[in-house]
Amino acid sequence: MHKRVTFDNRWLPYLLVAPQIAVTVVFFLWPAGQALQQSVYRVTNVFTGAARFVWFDNFEHLFNDSLYWDSVQVTFVFSAAVTVLSMAAALFLAVMADRVVKGASLYKTLLVWPYAVAPAVAGVLWLFLFQPAVGIISYELAQMGQPFNFRVDGTQAMLLVILAAAWKQVSYNFLFFLAGLQAIPKSLIEAAAIDGAGPAKRFWTIVFPLLSPTTFFLLVVNIVYAFFDTFSIIHAVTAGGPAGATNMLVYKVYNDGFIGLDLGGSAAQSVVLMAIVVTLTVVQFRFIERRVHY
Amino acid sequence: MAEVTIREARKRYPGATDDTIKGIDCDVADGEFLVILGPSGCGKSTLLRMVAGLERISEGEVLIGGRVVNELEPKDRDIAMVFQNYALYPHMSVFDNMAYGLKIRGLPRTEIRERVEAAAALLELSPYLARRPRQLSGGQRQRVAMGRAIVREPSVFLFDEPLSNLDAKLRTQMRVEIKRLQQRLGITSLYVTHDQVEAMTLGDRLMVMNAGVADQIGTPLEVYHRPATLFVAGFIGSPAMNFVAGRVASGGGAVELAGGHRLPAAIGGSAAGRPVTAGIRPETLVLADNEPGAVEAIVDLVEALGADTLVHCRVAAAGPDATLVARLPGSVHARQGETLRLAVPDTQVHLFDPETTRAIV
Ligand SMILES: Nc1ncnc2c1ncn2[C@@H]1O[C@H](COP(=O)(O)OP(=O)(O)O)[C@@H](O)[C@H]1O
Ligand SMILES: [Mg+2]
Repeated sequence: MHKRVTFDNRWLPYLLVAPQIAVTVVFFLWPAGQALQQSVYRVTNVFTGAARFVWFDNFEHLFNDSLYWDSVQVTFVFSAAVTVLSMAAALFLAVMADRVVKGASLYKTLLVWPYAVAPAVAGVLWLFLFQPAVGIISYELAQMGQPFNFRVDGTQAMLLVILAAAWKQVSYNFLFFLAGLQAIPKSLIEAAAIDGAGPAKRFWTIVFPLLSPTTFFLLVVNIVYAFFDTFSIIHAVTAGGPAGATNMLVYKVYNDGFIGLDLGGSAAQSVVLMAIVVTLTVVQFRFIERRVHY
Repeated sequence: MAEVTIREARKRYPGATDDTIKGIDCDVADGEFLVILGPSGCGKSTLLRMVAGLERISEGEVLIGGRVVNELEPKDRDIAMVFQNYALYPHMSVFDNMAYGLKIRGLPRTEIRERVEAAAALLELSPYLARRPRQLSGGQRQRVAMGRAIVREPSVFLFDEPLSNLDAKLRTQMRVEIKRLQQRLGITSLYVTHDQVEAMTLGDRLMVMNAGVADQIGTPLEVYHRPATLFVAGFIGSPAMNFVAGRVASGGGAVELAGGHRLPAAIGGSAAGRPVTAGIRPETLVLADNEPGAVEAIVDLVEALGADTLVHCRVAAAGPDATLVARLPGSVHARQGETLRLAVPDTQVHLFDPETTRAIV
């Protein structure tokens, strides 16, 4: 049955959704419109803010800028690594948690904690651990003959932000994977065991395929997360450095726009990002419509 | 091909205070069809899963083909199981569902194909091999589950209420097919059900379970005609057996009921005065005119089933609140409030010890 609330007052429903609409307009539609507009203007006078309509010049610049393509590459490496790492770790932990009999709820609670930590705080946490001068892990690494300094070494900086960003997302993925695992009837696993499949075989031929709707959903969510929600981690840990080694697309928008004051170029970049979000969202919705695909 | 032996098997679930299976002994011969029958929650599935290797055996032993399997994984026990919910792999076609176990065993592709196609033909599933389980009806899914068990050619089949999710008509049809299939393949089978009609028609022998104990193991007719306990007597047969309390009459040959009636029964005089529970099957009661030993019964309720008429009566001579159900021919037209005279042959009266609930023989 579909439940339906009816209102006597014509205006009450609109009043009730007004705050949500206001938030959407002020923080989403309006800035998005601004970005669209700015992406086809160039600021001619930084002091007065005077701008000139330049058609798609900003985009042309952008696509001819090797720094932009570097950032695209960095972003793809970063997103792929964060997605794979956080999903693999979460799946592993969920499979383990599904088997735990004693203390299961404690184990689950602990695993969910990182999700409650604000991204910037998570970044700082990892920053402390790996801080070149005083960080405990970089100290240990140096003792073992592997000096760690992410302020100098781009690869190490990348590894660090990947780790921090993936760690933060493990909880979320874990919850979904655990729910997915628990939705698989036990008798299927038992039937496979009787059919002669060992634990690994059962996992890859029965459990993993049956988790595929969850996995696909999380794939999209994680890519979106890595692309857009990791700004504060980057900002807190590396600020895009060293030498652009961790300069993700979102971070570059901020950097070029607010630090470099290239508003037009920055706006063009956000329009590209907007296109990516829209694409991912469409993919996701399409998928949700046909959720059960086995 | 293998016999199954269960020796003093006990099961206690972790954290439970009591055994779920309280020491069961049973020998199942090679090729035999044993039905495990009992009410819901009595431990039937638990016992079957102990044989399958899905539950640990707390105490005692299970042997398959003479080999103790307590510590063997399910896959090493050479068994196949059909689950109540069928447990078909939803992401695989019917073909792949049946072929799964064979692929894991590493059989050659051509042999897998042959075996699956043969089983599909046997079960009339050939047109559906490419379909997914969700595209099948309940009865077809049930067949796929059967097919998955058959292609493996195991030494033992285990069935856990395989028909209980089907509607009545399909259930009857599949019951006949399972029987035919098992006779044809001659594979030792353990079949769990709570449905006594299924049990009586399918089993070479029945194990009637009551709260973790095997009250009786015997052929369907043995169990019906010579129930070993009050529980078995009441569980087998529909409508259920009538029970009335009394004492063995002096001189034997009858039971003195609480209401004063002398019910003829095959028992010697040495037990005179001993309290007993007398059991009378509704279908053994007959209308009698002036026979000695007949009793007056006032009709309370009549259920006309066509072929038979079930008559519920109050029988004051049997005891203050004694009621009897009689299954009389459909031609009998009894009316509520009418008085009938009912009799039963003394050989058809079952006597039980009210203390131990065991049959007195
Ligand atoms: N995994 C389990 N853990 C604890 N108790 C269980 C478990 N499975 C079944 N039981 C208990 O054991 C008893 C017998 O269950 P079961 O074998 O499923 O009965 P049946 O199949 O005859 O209906 C029930 O009381 C049930 O609650
Ligand atoms: Mg059961």
